[in-house]
Amino acid sequence: MNHLVIAPLLLPLLAGITLLLLRGSATPMRQAVSMLATLALVVIAFWLLLQVGDGSVLVYRLGDWPAPFGIVLVADRLSALMVLLTAVLSASVILYALRGADHDARFFHVLFQMQLFGINGAFLTGDLFNLFVFFEVLLIASYGLLLYGGGANRTRAGLHYVVLNLVGSTLFLFAVGTLYGVLGTLNMADITQRLAKISEEDLGVVRAAGLLLFAVFALKGALAPLHLWLPGAYGYTSAPVAAMFAIMTKVGAYAILRAHSLMFGPESGAVAGLLDPWLLPLALVTVVAGTIGVMASKRLSQQAAYLVVVSAGTLLAAFGIGGAEAFAAGLYYLLHSTLAAAAVFLLADILSNARGKALDKLIPGPELPRGQLLAGVFLIIALAISGMPPLSGFVGKWLILQASIGEPGMPWVFAVLLVTSLLVIMTLARSGTMLFFKIEEGATAGKVVRVLDLGSPLALALIGIGLVVYAGPVYEFGQAAAEQLLQSEAYISAVLQAASGGVQP
Amino acid sequence: MEALIAIVIGVLTASGVYLSLRGRTFPVVLGLTLMSYAVNLFLFVMGRLMVGVPPVIQENASYADPLPQALVLTAIVISFGMTAFVVILSLRARAELGNDHVDGGENH
Repeated sequence: MNHLVIAPLLLPLLAGITLLLLRGSATPMRQAVSMLATLALVVIAFWLLLQVGDGSVLVYRLGDWPAPFGIVLVADRLSALMVLLTAVLSASVILYALRGADHDARFFHVLFQMQLFGINGAFLTGDLFNLFVFFEVLLIASYGLLLYGGGANRTRAGLHYVVLNLVGSTLFLFAVGTLYGVLGTLNMADITQRLAKISEEDLGVVRAAGLLLFAVFALKGALAPLHLWLPGAYGYTSAPVAAMFAIMTKVGAYAILRAHSLMFGPESGAVAGLLDPWLLPLALVTVVAGTIGVMASKRLSQQAAYLVVVSAGTLLAAFGIGGAEAFAAGLYYLLHSTLAAAAVFLLADILSNARGKALDKLIPGPELPRGQLLAGVFLIIALAISGMPPLSGFVGKWLILQASIGEPGMPWVFAVLLVTSLLVIMTLARSGTMLFFKIEEGATAGKVVRVLDLGSPLALALIGIGLVVYAGPVYEFGQAAAEQLLQSEAYISAVLQAASGGVQP
Repeated sequence: MEALIAIVIGVLTASGVYLSLRGRTFPVVLGLTLMSYAVNLFLFVMGRLMVGVPPVIQENASYADPLPQALVLTAIVISFGMTAFVVILSLRARAELGNDHVDGGENH
């Protein structure tokens, strides 16, 4: 067995425990431990990506119990890519948080590492109940992070977020229980095999359980009409947390993609394509609803939250189109949109500190020292996230549109994505004008922005530019990952063959 | 017995859904608790109802499915922790927002 597969789980877990033990020590010490652990995670995630790059599916049996009796961790191209994205995002977010947003850092980094533990676990697990457990781990850490710093708005948004997610967890358990009751297994590969042989009378129950599962993932992934919790929760929390949460909707999207291509994929017989009629229409509705939110937002951080909704919708639209090309386009867009959305949240926080009383509200504010620099960074990030050439958003959207050519949903995809892109560009242009050029005489500016503060958003923007420069290799990797997803028999046999002891280290 | 337990789960879930749709935090928390009771029972029953048999695999003897029992144990621990968290959060919301409405006031 390759122990590398469990390293992305153990590292944040151990770092979190260490940080908890270190809570009495000096702040820089704790920050250094957290930063080092996150950087090490980037290295490990990259290493894991290289290991699965040849198309092998790495299976790690916890306690060496054979699947489907024991729990397995599975790393294929998709999982490794998601883990790497999480690691890169978290490194730049920690870098930003060190500059003051973690307050005295006593518990921020503990919660942050625990959240990384949960997210990586959700990406790597091959067991449905285990997925539930990792969802809970990342959620309880996110509750703590969301409320970090306090304030009435944050508490209200946090209450809604917690209650909704508790209902979601309950639905998840109902779905898992039903699937176990009918199929007698919780291993995702084994579920797929047994779904193929399902009897006629159980079909209705299994379909209900599958759609319940879809509803839960849709809630996590902010798919309309279950996206309404997101703007409040993301718009009112602190900037590094919101930036980190940009990956959380992607956990939902990942789970949908996994269920869509594996459990309800081509191998599963009568329930194959269970999500097909739902995914694309709901995703397009999400894009429209998100765009309306972007236009109506009164603060930049709220606008960023709605941009996350738009990107979640665009992403799931790509997954909903189906086929290797669309999945690959979706994965490319996923990388881009996560990093770009995080950059907007961080920039909104910087502006909010710099503009004094005007905060990040879209109203005329004081003349900003270093305003041109800030406006330049805003321009780059806004171009990227709205999908203008020459930045990564354009490449992502172009790939999605190209993948939809000839598919039945093509007119809808084209119409919705193109019109909403235009609206988002116009709205962001209006926001930029308001933030940087409309000066209110006599208003006092806040803190002077240091160039170092801009490090994290700039780093994220640079990675975005890297995504354009290396769009070819990245897209090819996405395509390889998509083809691996569509050939689920290789995944199933890797997981279950490891069970019979066929593959020994 | 199957019918009885199905009715129990149904009533618990229905009450839970009703309460969690109320406007104040206390009924909402109670509703979430009832729903988690319902789902725990539901998970437990998914191993099929058996009376007086051990959850240990033996040769030539009937046994109850031990896996749902383990799942329920995990689910109980998680839902207990989450309930404790949401209770504290509701208290804090009551203190910070000045009332116990889930939206922080009647006017929202």
